Amino acid sequence: MGAGDPKDPRRRRLLRGGLGLGAALVAGRAAAGTGAPDPKITELQPWTSGPGVGVEANPYGLPVRFEADVVRRNVPWFSADTISAVNFTPLHALDGTLTPNGLCFERNHAGVAEIPPEDYRLMIHGLVERPLVFTLADLMRLPRESHSYFLECAANTGMEWRGPQMNGVQFTHGMIHNVNYTGVRLRHVLKAAGVKPAARWLLAEGADAAAMSRSIPLEKALDDCLIAFRMNGEALRAEQGYPVRLVVPGWEGNVWIKWLRRLKLGDQPWAQREETSKYTDLLADGTAREMSFVMEAKSVITAPAPENPITHGKGPLVISGLAWSGRGRIASVDVTLDGGVNWHAARLDGAAGPKALNRFYLEVDWDGRPLLLQSRAVDETGYVQPTKNALRKLRGLNSAYHMNGIQTWAVDADGGVSNVELG
Amino acid sequence: MSNWARLSLLATLAAAPAAAGPLGRPALPAEIAAWNIDIRPDGAGLPEGRGSVTDGEALYAEACAACHGDFGEGLGRYPALAGGQGTLKADRPTKTVGSFWPHLSTLFDYTRRAMPAYQGQSLTADQVYALTAYILNLNDLVPADFTLRRQNFTTIRLPNVAGFRPDDRATVEDPLFHQPPCREACGTRPQITARASPGLTPDAR
Repeated sequence: MGAGDPKDPRRRRLLRGGLGLGAALVAGRAAAGTGAPDPKITELQPWTSGPGVGVEANPYGLPVRFEADVVRRNVPWFSADTISAVNFTPLHALDGTLTPNGLCFERNHAGVAEIPPEDYRLMIHGLVERPLVFTLADLMRLPRESHSYFLECAANTGMEWRGPQMNGVQFTHGMIHNVNYTGVRLRHVLKAAGVKPAARWLLAEGADAAAMSRSIPLEKALDDCLIAFRMNGEALRAEQGYPVRLVVPGWEGNVWIKWLRRLKLGDQPWAQREETSKYTDLLADGTAREMSFVMEAKSVITAPAPENPITHGKGPLVISGLAWSGRGRIASVDVTLDGGVNWHAARLDGAAGPKALNRFYLEVDWDGRPLLLQSRAVDETGYVQPTKNALRKLRGLNSAYHMNGIQTWAVDADGGVSNVELG
Repeated sequence: MSNWARLSLLATLAAAPAAAGPLGRPALPAEIAAWNIDIRPDGAGLPEGRGSVTDGEALYAEACAACHGDFGEGLGRYPALAGGQGTLKADRPTKTVGSFWPHLSTLFDYTRRAMPAYQGQSLTADQVYALTAYILNLNDLVPADFTLRRQNFTTIRLPNVAGFRPDDRATVEDPLFHQPPCREACGTRPQITARASPGLTPDAR
């Protein structure tokens, strides 16, 4: 069954989605193959023969209707309801490194809080000289910085601990976004309150109906954390914590408290539900790691991927993917076409900063034979992204979180792609 | 003031915002009391109050059982609160208050801040003590005639309190993952041993 077969699900998807970039490429190739002049060239097209809409039609611009399939998606069987739930970034449909604001995955514990900016308050108290309350206007009088960082949920790829589950990079790896955040250094706010010498930990708490809370070591709080109020230049989206969220670079997304309302200094952690019952890593010996904040080096190929089959046949093929490390910069990414026998250095595109998504490309000449595609990232500390089996050997199958193992996509001879594991 | 001096002063203020004048305002005691809801394992933050297993049972049936089950067994995708002791090494562990949670304070803290679901901070201190007592009883950790109060709270130790260890990935795992990887002629082409489960993935259309 080929991509031209009407029974082929990929063909149905192309016809249904109909008009996205992928479908257009296929259609263009088909027309060129007949030898006849292409009517898209020889006939006057409506977009050329009449005006489009005016500048008042879309005061806030949205993607063109042909890209309506590029959306966040959830997995209905994942959670009891959609209020305390997660959806996934459509990594397969994106390029470059920055995630558009409306496509950043969401993880909410009591839905999306909606806070009028004039009603926003941030309290700092506990082991401080001066307990303080800040308004949003107060925060915006502190020195401001902008940095691009990835935010990855600790459970990203967690479904794959027991083997391949989801046929889609959106679902295997989509609990991540990469955003240019603008805000103030957390340490400026803490210093304004005067941190007492006995303080070692910070409790960060949200204003949502779950009052989401995590303990963060003071050392990290004084390092590179931001209190952010902009993402990719505009105000935070409500689902990302409007008006203010915590940014904790390189650390699991759960500590990036949204709708941030309270910072409390203390001399020990608070053993919150999200750092004991959840977000701890149960090992095979029955003990669990706690406070495992750092997201280790990881990469994934986003095209080809299950949602991005090869539809152009043999010849030039662009392999594209993402790599990141919570410990700093990505040093290199290798890609294999044969399940790990031979590796090829991918090209890192642009100059990503530390703790940010990197885009990589490898251009190959596909001979039409099946491929076993993998990518493997190395970060600036020399940490080499491990295999999934290496992680299972160390941790067992019930860790749930921090699955950063190498992902395998099998490409079959007609270009279809699926999620597999090798042995 | 010269332009240079003015610029220099501005730069100093930018580098040391705390000295730039009063930003923020003092938090008032009543404001701190309203938001200061966290409870620590050592009991710091516990309010005055008390609640019995019996009181907790009635409240639980009304406010909790619809999701967590009559006996804390958990319904559907909602988490179990009781049982599972001795399963942490099993193929399918059951992580509950009695089998996994290290500290009782977490149960009080979380119930008060976030339960019943989406009605966080709606329960009185006595109600939270009573529910906490009842969930302890569901886990066979206190008798049916037990009453939990601030004064005896920290005498209750959960069974898995010693089951946690700090993040030791950097010492236990990272040395294994700092070896330069093989890049050429690394064995023979592997076989596909497993494929994604059909029917699990939502259609991406």
